[in-house]
Amino acid sequence: MNHLLLEIAPSVVDWSRAQFALTAAYHWLFVPLTLGLAVIMGIAETIYYRTGQLSWRDTARFWEKLFGINFAIGVATGIILEFEFGTNWSNYSWFVGDIFGAPLAIEGIVAFFMESTFVAVMFFGWKKVSRGFHLASTWLTGLGATISAWWILVANAWMQYPIGQQFNPDTMRFEMSSFADVALSPFAVDKFLHTVTSSWLIGAVFCVAVSCWYLLKGRETVMARRSIKIGASVGLFAALAAFATGDNSAYMVARTQPMKLAAMEALYNGGKSQSLTLFAAVNPFAQPDYASQKEPACRIAFPNLLSVLATHDLNGYVPGINDIINGYTDNEGQRQPSLAEKVDMGKKAIDAVALYRTMGNKSEKTRRTVADNVKYFGYGYVKDASRTVPPIGITFWLFRTMVGLGTFFMLFFAVVLFVVFRKDISERKFRWLHILALIAIPLAWICSESGWMVAEIGRQPWTIQDMLPTWVAVSDLQPRSIMITFFLFLALFTTLLAVEISILCKQIKKGPEHSNNDTL
Amino acid sequence: MELRRTITGIVNFYVDGFRHMTWGRTLWIVILVKLVIIFVLLRIFFFPNYIATHRGTMRKSDFVRKQVLKEAPPPQRTPGLGQ
Repeated sequence: MNHLLLEIAPSVVDWSRAQFALTAAYHWLFVPLTLGLAVIMGIAETIYYRTGQLSWRDTARFWEKLFGINFAIGVATGIILEFEFGTNWSNYSWFVGDIFGAPLAIEGIVAFFMESTFVAVMFFGWKKVSRGFHLASTWLTGLGATISAWWILVANAWMQYPIGQQFNPDTMRFEMSSFADVALSPFAVDKFLHTVTSSWLIGAVFCVAVSCWYLLKGRETVMARRSIKIGASVGLFAALAAFATGDNSAYMVARTQPMKLAAMEALYNGGKSQSLTLFAAVNPFAQPDYASQKEPACRIAFPNLLSVLATHDLNGYVPGINDIINGYTDNEGQRQPSLAEKVDMGKKAIDAVALYRTMGNKSEKTRRTVADNVKYFGYGYVKDASRTVPPIGITFWLFRTMVGLGTFFMLFFAVVLFVVFRKDISERKFRWLHILALIAIPLAWICSESGWMVAEIGRQPWTIQDMLPTWVAVSDLQPRSIMITFFLFLALFTTLLAVEISILCKQIKKGPEHSNNDTL
Repeated sequence: MELRRTITGIVNFYVDGFRHMTWGRTLWIVILVKLVIIFVLLRIFFFPNYIATHRGTMRKSDFVRKQVLKEAPPPQRTPGLGQ
């Protein structure tokens, strides 16, 4: 049995992956709060615009202040990921450069500058621009952040579901053949909707929790109650939307990354009418013996539900890990190649790339061989079937963590909405709910980060699905140098996080600034 | 004249905004320190462009080809490809 977490080999691949994971995970602490608070402050300011009540302006300004702190601390933390591409993942970076160039440039030029321009109007313009212009600036700041997320997710979705490209053996890179296919890939659309709605959920949890803290302290009850109404409404909508988009994600993953779905479900052997696992004894720290076990021990499952999720058919066929390795016929009746066949095609593509530049007049034929087999290029590097199976235990449990917490948040926001609209939520008898809201803050981030980890760990070993495994994508560096920057980042990001939490807590304790009269 | 007034107005908007900042000053200090660390310290000393610094006189595409094929198993001489 291979202990995945307990025996991390000190290799360049492992350290490069660890460093990228650390940077991405920390970056993702800031981004969803920015996206989520953008909606909360936008709604609060819209109410101020419509009612003209200054107390609503105070509420909007308070959430904008917390948004600003998070925006300032989080901004540019994602740039480090791009540095890592060029240094640690140079082969990968070269392969995808033509595809990623356009989305990342648009993200930098349009979205980031839009966000930065309007954020200045939002903070400096309260007394200098009209109410309507200020409101538009507030929403455009949030829209800028959301558009920024769109282009980043387009790049991420392409790695998971490469589309709209062709491989050029002359330049040794994927070249974009259709910008529309890349930018509007169904995988990107779904990923964007799921990511953004789950980010709104984080903003909503934060808003409700901070407001509940005021209720616990017996302060700012008016602002707290109205903020809870906004937060819980956004939260319930976001939780339901994340659930719906998550359902579509499962469908997309089943069609494009069946091995990820099999790992998420610890489905060793598939078939028709597959059930969805609620619980099973899967060790999160060790790769199970999927080749000889029928299914995980102590499995409790909902009949047929996995088939419904994966195929939208009660009796649909869902392949397990062993089926994917041995080859299978999918739900549409199409035969999917076995691992051995994919390896063969991958080797053909690699051979053709190796020979291409020395083939003279046969090069066009070789180019065609590359084009015909490049879909499985990465399999040519696979020497052992186990290397194509992602860590099952971690993926299985992280998926359950995400779905379990998502379900919890749906119930949580439903209860909060009921209490805040039907009862007096500031009463002492609802102290349990105030405390629960505070506990929910870390849970919201655990839920969101778990989702990302399922998406990324579940697609291992691929940096580009089926085309480039991690051990080929990585640069030939010394592990020690990556190790040093890993700990440097750990220190840098932990400091940034501590600074953010400290400034946020200080401003929350200070509370909103109150206007003297409540009308304009 | 109109353009000049507009530009002056925009500049004054930002100058006034920065001058009257209170809690925002701390954030700007954090942002500037962070940007210096990221773009000066990390970019220059820890994150050189690997291909640019290792390719020597080779074309970038040839360097990547060499790197990528280094990891490949021995060629299987696919029928029909020649050699």
